[in-house]
Amino acid sequence: MQNTTPAPRSRKPVYMVLGCTVFAAAAQIMMKYGATHAMPALDLNNSATVMPFLLALITNYPLVLGYVLSAGNAMLLILALRDGQLSTLYPIISLTFVWVNLLSIYLFGDHMNLWKGVGILLVITGVGVLGKASEAA
Amino acid sequence: MTVVTPLSSVLLVISASVIGSFGAVFLKLGAAPMQKGLKYILNGRLLFGIALYIGSSIPFVMGVRHGELSVLYPMVSTGYVCTMIWSRIFFGEPITMPKLGALLIIVAGIICINVGGR
Repeated sequence: MQNTTPAPRSRKPVYMVLGCTVFAAAAQIMMKYGATHAMPALDLNNSATVMPFLLALITNYPLVLGYVLSAGNAMLLILALRDGQLSTLYPIISLTFVWVNLLSIYLFGDHMNLWKGVGILLVITGVGVLGKASEAA
Repeated sequence: MTVVTPLSSVLLVISASVIGSFGAVFLKLGAAPMQKGLKYILNGRLLFGIALYIGSSIPFVMGVRHGELSVLYPMVSTGYVCTMIWSRIFFGEPITMPKLGALLIIVAGIICINVGGR
């Protein structure tokens, strides 16, 4: 049952997905840190190696934080998808690249160049077009 | 500093993206009952969507373990293309010119970022 009148589509789901991209970018950066975190070897044939591995997994804080951020991202995405079109909302997630690239320059010492600059502008333009399309749809 | 991105990493990230695109489909299917209230959040479709989403992070983490983020992230765009097709098939959402144009602009942008990241 809908408790709202079938008004023209609002931009709210679009803004919610924009929020998702911030969560997703932070999560990806954390997972990158987590993936390079030193971990004990896991040998499934040797049960003695399982506990240390699991313990290292749950104390791999960047990885754990990455998953927590991903959960927040998923929650927000679910609420957005409830009210908007999947085909317009999902590609907006690509804005995550923009945040990841800008953060990588700061955190991993990556360099900005013309290609990246143009790419970032193109992604932002595409997301803007989708934002417009979401109102018309 | 030279970092080589192995093909296996690329394939793992693409797999993650395709799994994730199905995750989005099930999240949308599972989100519909929530029109009736947030307590409907616990439904099979939504849980399956979440499982696919979480599941997709496993090949993703395995993929980004080796290689450059700036090379691997563009591979995620395969997920956007898939999702637009699934949206048409499962939800009857029209593939309009603005949507298609936006997707092409975004993919071009992601490729540019990729080239710039080499």
